[in-house]
Amino acid sequence: MVAAVLVLFSLALITVYFRESEGGTLHSAQRIGLSVAMPFEVAGERIARPFRDAWGWTSDLVGAKQENEKLRKQIEALRQRVIQEQTAVSENDRLRELLSFVDGPGFPAGFTGVSTRVVGRPPSAYNQEVLIAAGSSAGISRNDPVVTQDGLVGLVTNVTSNGAKVTLITDQSSAVSAIVLESGAAGLVRHGPSNSSALVLDRVGKDELVEEGNLVITAGWRSGKLESLYPRGIPVGMVKSVGQQDVDLYKRIQVAPLVNFDALAEVIVLVPKKR
Amino acid sequence: MTADAVKAGALLLFAALVQVSIASAIEVAEGHPDVVLVLVIGIALLRGPVFGAVAGFWAGLVLDVASLETLGLTSLLLTLVGYFAGRLGDVTTKSSAHPSLVAVALGTVGFALGSAVVHFMLGSTLSAAQFFVGVLLPTLALNMLLAYPLYGLCRRIFHAEPRERREVSPAV
Repeated sequence: MVAAVLVLFSLALITVYFRESEGGTLHSAQRIGLSVAMPFEVAGERIARPFRDAWGWTSDLVGAKQENEKLRKQIEALRQRVIQEQTAVSENDRLRELLSFVDGPGFPAGFTGVSTRVVGRPPSAYNQEVLIAAGSSAGISRNDPVVTQDGLVGLVTNVTSNGAKVTLITDQSSAVSAIVLESGAAGLVRHGPSNSSALVLDRVGKDELVEEGNLVITAGWRSGKLESLYPRGIPVGMVKSVGQQDVDLYKRIQVAPLVNFDALAEVIVLVPKKR
Repeated sequence: MTADAVKAGALLLFAALVQVSIASAIEVAEGHPDVVLVLVIGIALLRGPVFGAVAGFWAGLVLDVASLETLGLTSLLLTLVGYFAGRLGDVTTKSSAHPSLVAVALGTVGFALGSAVVHFMLGSTLSAAQFFVGVLLPTLALNMLLAYPLYGLCRRIFHAEPRERREVSPAV
């Protein structure tokens, strides 16, 4: 009898939670509850951090030599690219001045970064989310983009006064309008079908040129009053493989994210300077 | 009974915070050790189905709040796991010195399947291979590893005596 009542009560909670708005009673109660729990979660994360770092350090040693060689080659290639790009940037600046080019809020100039710690992860494989230790009191609002030094992490989807929930770009509900930097091919970065950290670049026409190793960045489009939640130019991932079949409308592009979502410890929330 | 309820409430509150901030970050494939689930099963085995269901509901509610997830979702699943683990405990190993590995295994599989069904209804899905190989098997293995120490902790907290000692003492 008691179990049946509790099951019915749980079902009622789920129903009401889904039907009510973000400012509803249950959502508000949950946010208050999280505000109370947040200091304990932060403490728990701090206690676990040294052990997690030690584990990460040990497991990183295994592939260190191989990675070292790979990175050396990458540095050589990047050094050449930096020289080319510095020339292009200065040329671009000069041409913009000549054209009196008017731009939208760009990354990172139009944003203030709020650096914060990842303090928790929901215990479910279905939701690719993390909890962070900064909230509305630090100026964070819903739909603020979240990044690391490596690239795009996700979007703030729920905020309390001292914490927030970030939905990762690997979540099934996430979609990011993106372009391939080298060719300008536009598409939509979404959760891949195979595992939790794989991404696909969808809706890229077969006539577009995309190659393995190309960099995918956020598109940051704007159409009238509507604009993308992500500013232009945030690195998302590298093209891992490209394929196409006669029966498909679009190319099949797999993207390896630049961010290691399994080892996410600190993130930067991009708070727009002008809301 | 009241003392047991307070102890179970505090234990599960602490476990839920550990689960969100520490255990969920330990990832094998896509599975995580589920401290709260194993504790709910342990408590239910020792204290019966009603106590198990209430403990499961409380633990689920705390987990949903602490992780900003859909309120009631984990409560629903853990209430059912707690109830059925308690029923299993009534007919098998209620006061055994050993944890019922069968109960932990069944509870983990039941929770994972229930979670898959509920998330499917809410629009989140995993492929069958990802679910069985990536999530279920690693979680099952990790939970089995946790079963002995956490069941031992439950027995210590709830002062559960082995069945044989209880039956023999009145006759002596």
